[in-house]
Formats: sequence, C-alpha cells, structure tokens
Amino acid sequence: MTDVTVRPVVDGRLGTSALRPDGLAKTQGTFAFSGDLSADGMLWGATLRSPHPFARIRSIDLSGAWQIAGVAAVVTADDVPGKPTYGLISADQPVFARDVVRYAGEPVAAVAGDHPETCRRALAAIRVDYEVLTPLVDPELAIAGAEPIHPDGNILRHQRIVRGDQDLVGEVVVEGTYEIGMQDQAFLGLEAALAIPDPGGAGVELFVATQWLHEDLGQIAACLDLPADRVRLTLGGVGGAFGAREDISLQVHTCLLALRTGRPVRIAYSREESFYGHVHRHPARIWMRHHATRDGRLQRVEARFVLDGGAYASTSSAVLVNAITHAQGPYVCDSATVEGFATRTNNLPCGAMRGFGVVQACFAHEGQMDRLAEACGLDPVEIRLRNAMRTGDRLITGQVIADVAPVAECIRATAALPLPDEPVGGRDGDPLRLPGGAGLTADVGHIRRGIGWGVSIKNLMYSEGFDDFSTARCRLADGSVTLKFATAEVGQGFVTLAPQIARTVLGVERAVCEPIDTTIGSAGSTSASRQTWMSGGAVLGACRAVAEQVVAHAAQSWGVSTAEVELVDGVLTSPDGRQATVGELSAGRVFEATFEHHHPPTEDLDEDGQGNCHTAFAFVAHRAVVDVDVELGLVKVVQIATAQDVGRALNPLSVRGQIEGGIAQGVGLAVMEEIVQTDGRVRNASFTDYLLPTMLDMPEVVAELIEIPEPRSPLGAKGVGEPPCISSTPAVLAAIRDATGKDLRRVPVRPFDIAL
Amino acid sequence: MPPGCEGSKGNAIVHITVTVNGKEHRGEVQPRTLLVHYLRDVLDLTGTNVGCDTSSCGACTVHVDGRSVKSCTMLAVQADGCSITTIEGIGTPERMHPMQQAFMDNHGLQCGFCTPGMVMAAISLLDEHPHPTEAEVRQGLEGNLCRCTGYHNIVQSVLSCAQGGSAGGAQ
Repeated sequence: MTDVTVRPVVDGRLGTSALRPDGLAKTQGTFAFSGDLSADGMLWGATLRSPHPFARIRSIDLSGAWQIAGVAAVVTADDVPGKPTYGLISADQPVFARDVVRYAGEPVAAVAGDHPETCRRALAAIRVDYEVLTPLVDPELAIAGAEPIHPDGNILRHQRIVRGDQDLVGEVVVEGTYEIGMQDQAFLGLEAALAIPDPGGAGVELFVATQWLHEDLGQIAACLDLPADRVRLTLGGVGGAFGAREDISLQVHTCLLALRTGRPVRIAYSREESFYGHVHRHPARIWMRHHATRDGRLQRVEARFVLDGGAYASTSSAVLVNAITHAQGPYVCDSATVEGFATRTNNLPCGAMRGFGVVQACFAHEGQMDRLAEACGLDPVEIRLRNAMRTGDRLITGQVIADVAPVAECIRATAALPLPDEPVGGRDGDPLRLPGGAGLTADVGHIRRGIGWGVSIKNLMYSEGFDDFSTARCRLADGSVTLKFATAEVGQGFVTLAPQIARTVLGVERAVCEPIDTTIGSAGSTSASRQTWMSGGAVLGACRAVAEQVVAHAAQSWGVSTAEVELVDGVLTSPDGRQATVGELSAGRVFEATFEHHHPPTEDLDEDGQGNCHTAFAFVAHRAVVDVDVELGLVKVVQIATAQDVGRALNPLSVRGQIEGGIAQGVGLAVMEEIVQTDGRVRNASFTDYLLPTMLDMPEVVAELIEIPEPRSPLGAKGVGEPPCISSTPAVLAAIRDATGKDLRRVPVRPFDIAL
Repeated sequence: MPPGCEGSKGNAIVHITVTVNGKEHRGEVQPRTLLVHYLRDVLDLTGTNVGCDTSSCGACTVHVDGRSVKSCTMLAVQADGCSITTIEGIGTPERMHPMQQAFMDNHGLQCGFCTPGMVMAAISLLDEHPHPTEAEVRQGLEGNLCRCTGYHNIVQSVLSCAQGGSAGGAQ
C-alpha cells in the first residue's frame, strides 16, 4: 500500500462535520489513555476484593503481605485518614469494607508494590476471616422488610406519582410485567489511574479516566482528609464511559497508596475486575396497566417499578425518579398512579448507564403501547401517532413540555425510511447474514421476519433542583483561540465541538483545547446528554464575551461606539467602512473571558411526584427489522431505522456516530448483554461470557435527523447520546414478538425464551 | 524448552531477539510474558492496548511477520526471531498510513481505544483482500470490538481506504 502525504485538516465551524482534533494521536497510537501513564519511581497498586456477597469480617491478617519482597504499602479501612465512605448522592459506600462486605467484589484492602505480580502475591497472602452470611438478592424481599443489610436500610428510595382521576377505568385496559437484565457499560479502556504525591504528603495529583473531575476531587479530598486545593486532577485518556465512570472506583485507593508510600502509584483493572469495579445498569421489574378509549387514546397509566440498586446507593435515587417520571413515554396521559422502589441488595451496585432509568421505563411503556394497539385493533404506528406528545403537553408530574417536541414528526419520518432490501435469510446464501451468524446453525426454512417499533422521551441534564452548571474560558491571542474547560472527553467529541464554537463566534481558524483538568471550575459530568448544551453553552458564553472585548477594542481605536462596530465572520467593520480582522486586532494582545453556564432551576418532586423536576427533553423513534430462527431461538437484527430530535446537528457526522453507537448498545441489551448473577455471585465477568455486539451483529442503520432548533438551548442543539439506546431495545423486542408470535416481556431475550 | 532458555524452572529467563517496527531489540523475558506486555511494558509501545485479557476484543492486534495477531494470545518467546509491526510503526504524523487517514477522515473512532487494533487488523485484511465487499470487511474484522461507534464508520473507513481515497466529513 502506498502512503499518502497528510493533507491539512480543515476544521469546520458549527454545522460542519469537523474532524476530531485527537484523531491523529488516536490513529497513531500516541494518544495516552489513562492505562498508558507512568512516572519515575512508580509503584503498582492492586485491590483485594471480597469473594462473598455478604459476610462479616472477623479479622484481617496483613502480615503475610508485608513479608513479600517489594511490597511498599498495605492498607485497609483503618488507614483511610478522612471520611470512611463516599458516594455521588449519599456517601454510603466504604472506601474499604470494615466490618462487613455487602457484595462479591467489594474492596477490602489494597497493596502497593514494585511489580503487578508482587501485588498479586501480596493480595494472595492477606488472610481475611469471613463469617459468611445469607445474601439478600431479591429486591421484593428488600421491599417486604428483610433485615437491613446497611445502616441506611434496604430502600434506597421510594417515590410515587399520583395525578388526575384515580378512579378512571378505560374502555380498553391492558397490563403486563416487564423485566430488564443488568447491562454492563463495557467501555473498552479499562479503569486506570496514576497518582503522584506532593513532597511531604501535603497533596496529591491524580491522572484518571473519569466523567466528572470535580466531583471525584471532592470525594477524594474528603476521604483523604485533604483540603480541596491540595488535590488536583487531570483527565487521563478515557477509553469510553457510558455512565460507568461517574462513580469513584480506584481514585481514593490510588491516591491513598501514593500518599502512604511517597511514590507515584498506578492501578489498572483487568477486565474481570472492571465488572466488579464499577456500577451497572439497574435490573428492573416493571408492572404497568394502561387504560385507553376504544379508539386508542391513552387515559391513564398505573405502574410499579422495582429497580435493584445492589449494595450501595450510587445514583439509584435519581435513576428511579428518571424511570418513574418517564412512565407514560412520549404520549399524552392525564391520569397516573405510579409507585417506584430502588432497593438495596447484596447484588452488584448499580448506577448510571446511558439512558439512566429511562431505558427501563421505555421498555415497559413500549410493550404496553403494542398491547394497546392490538387490543384496539390499531397498527403500532397509528397508536403512537394518535397519542404523540407535543409542546405544551404535560408529563404525569404536571411539568409542561416547553421544548420542541416533534414526536409525530419522528414517527412519520422513521416510517418513511426504506425497509431493508436484504431478503429474509440474507442475500446470496451468505450464512453469516443468518441468525446465529458464525455459528452457521440456522436453517433458512425456519427463519421468520418481524418488524417492531419503539418511541421515547428522554430528559436532558440534571434534575430535582441540582444546580447544574459548566465553566469554560476563551483566550484569544495573535489570532488564535485557546479554550479551557474541565469537560471530560470520553469519546463523545466535545473537543471537536468546542473549537467549532470558537471558530463560528470569532471567525478564527486556529482554535485549540488546553489539557482537561481541575485548574478551572467544574464542567459537571459528561452524562445525561448534557455537555453539548451545558459546556457548549459555557464555551459559547466565553467566546461571545471575548468577541465583545474585541469589538470594544476596535471601537475605541476607531473612535466610535461599540454598538456601531459589526463583527461578522472574523471581520470587524466600522460605520465608515474601516475593517480589521480578529487576527489583526489580537496581534500582540490577549483577550480572555471565563463564563459559567447554568440552566434554569428545577424543583424537587413533592410526595405525589408532582413538580417541574426536569430541565429539557429529547425524542426519538426506532423501527427494528429482525430475522428469527424460531426453532433455535436465534435472532439477527437486520435493520434499525430511526428519526431523532436533535435540535440542530452541530457536527452531523458526530451525531450519526452517537446514533449508531447508541443503537449498538440498545441492540446489545435486546438480544445478548446481561451480567448474570446467582446468589449475588457474577457468573460471566469476562468478554468471553458477557457478549457484546460485533461488526456482524450490528444491523444496518438508516437515520434521519429531525432538525428543529431548540430555542432554550444555547446552540439550538439537544443532547444526542442517550436517545439512540433507549427505544431501540423495545423496538427489537417488538420485532421479535412480531416474528415469533411469542409474548416476550424480558430483555435480553434468550434463545430459550423464543424456542421453548 | 525454546532455544536461549537458561536458569531453573522457577525463574527461567529467555533471551529473545525481535525486530519491532524495523528496529532490532534483544532482551530477556520470562517465558510466561505475553507479547502485548513485552511491547507495552518493556518497549514502552503503549499504542497497543489491552481491553479484555481473554482474546475477545482485538485491541491488542499487531502484525507478526506480516500477519495480524492478537498480541495477548502470543508469548513474547514465541516472537523470538520475528518481525513485529505495531501501530507506532506504520506511519508518522507527517506521513500517515492511508488506513490511519481513512479512520480519521471517516470518523471511524470516538474514544479511540479500539482504533490501533482495528487499524492493524484492517491493514492485514486489505493485504489479503485488497477490494473487499462490506460483508467481507465485517467478517474480517469481527474479532475486533468497538463499544462507541456501532462500527458503521469503521467499515466505511476500511472500504474508503480500499478504494484508494478517504473522503470524509471535513468541510
């Protein structure tokens, strides 16, 4: 193959598909992921984890570990200098278990040594005497009053929603119970961090792959009993996140070992350890009863949600509120009675994953809409169009949808997309196109095709009164813009978007991002589909402030008022026709501004679940086409068609990348992805047993972007990351129901659910 | 025992000579050292990533004597005498390999963790099938996982490279 000379990267402005600025380093192998970092004199760290889901710790004998040559530190709960626990919403999770372990995989001790193998030997030499207890693994028992497994009790949150006529009984009533398995975020870049202590242990610097640097900083400082200004974080290269890096995992352990030894320490998880080391998507059991008129108009939703939060709280309370407040889906509904529980059990802790509770709610409400369609003799598209929400309609929380709400447009646009030209059983007899793929087991004669629908509403940004904000700084000097923010780049592409904003506002060509760290104010979390809106708003505000300074400078030098100077496309013009470029005016000068973007405040829910608790919403429709071998229970997802409410596509290629990547995760949850636990023990903590969609599993995606700029969004754009993985899952399951005629109500659907 | 092996069974050290990215390296490794750890930890070639430990993800794909290999499935001693190419050895920022350029131009990456392995596997695929169909690309790269992209832009990157161009989204 012949090499080609690199051509200059033409970075675009907003609306163009500007290329990733980190693409060069990432394709060259020179991009430093957090697992690639090292420092002179560095030690390795490793974590001892409980083999039991529930046990009392009678004693821990560390002497064996200290006898291993090369061991520099061994630490337990006794060595945590500050707050012994941490957590995103309530600090209920121990840095190290002290008297009791509450899930299989809970950290009990950590060591630092001169080599990873030294650490492994040291961990093996630690003797922990456990009194094994019977684990609480059934969320219903937690609700029913099982003996508390934690001082904070077994109910992480209980919230109801009561609205409208509670006695209403529809002409048509359908009900069902739906189950969602525990999904793993399965980012490819494993957890890793490097901590470097300050001389004398006065502070620590941590390089870590995370979603929210400042939140980590606060939790680390509290556990280490250090002033916040003595803890500095820099984002290590992040190999995907999807929610799994929102909670603390190895951050405190790595810093503690570094401070103990006075040397840099690196911890890097293996894939197996990663399954224990981060929170997962909540498994859920959801009962719903829908009431409608005979012609299919939704009148009332009754529901009961049980989300298993596992051993510690993480974000369970917020996930639960997201789930129950989205119970109606993107449909008008005036009456509701919803009860939701997030429980504590001895299963793996659960928290944030792309979709954050709405994945579970959507799976249930879309199953119900199909039942309703059938009961009313309507087609799945018609029932959804008939009930589609619009701007000005209310949620069951009483909140008015103030956003652009193109639900019907999304459904119609999706319906208009072409169905696959792939015939049932694949083209040209290629067996890899059959259900079962490389297994080569499917019989074309047993294959049936099905089509199914899913439509969803997803809240954007944080909810329930959280003061959500992001900070950014713009510095213009010599015609170049430098942007600074703490927004975690996890692959989503904010480092592409931020320079696009600067180029658009200031008309410059050169705009670069500084290292992402905590030397500037918080950007909030890279989650909740919020960074384009929030950090985008902060960068926009900072760039506009700099533009105003440049205009003021020009006005002063031209002796006119600022109002008379126009800045268009990087060129400033005075009323009498004098012109100068931003580059010329900033030669030898520095203009700088920092901006904090806040979204309007939200409210807590009251006891009846009423209140304006969410900030904004985005909508999407999915249509799935599947081929199913009904004899073997194997599924091939052939195509997903989708039309998504994106507000404005600021980088169309990036938006499509989010849509396709999100659909891959939605398809994965539908047909293959589940962490299987038996009595609190994980049975498939590896990529040989936890299956992810491969290139052959991924269906064709035909996507249309519904671009109606959102007036409430700083850039007119809505977050696009989460919606693709929300209603794609129920669409696939509906298609499998269509193909098989089976009343399937659980994901992932397993071969024996179909074939037996 | 492989040639060059000495010492007792417990702490055997093996001398190996490997050519990595055109440069010869002589070194001593333990027989159990995986090639990927030798590349990352001894030679500091950290572009080759470890994503799974179970040969499932392909993030560690390199070329051994011109063929694509998941370097977590091979011991360093098995590479003795071999010529290895890693992601660092196929191009420079000034003269990128066309496959690297194609991934950049076609948004064939998001977090980028799978990218080095994906690029190496894709180069190997085109060596064997210079003009693959989309189905052949998918079949050929099925052993490399990506969690971000949903693969379509990766397939597009490879097809675009095979067609001799890498027309991407730059405007």
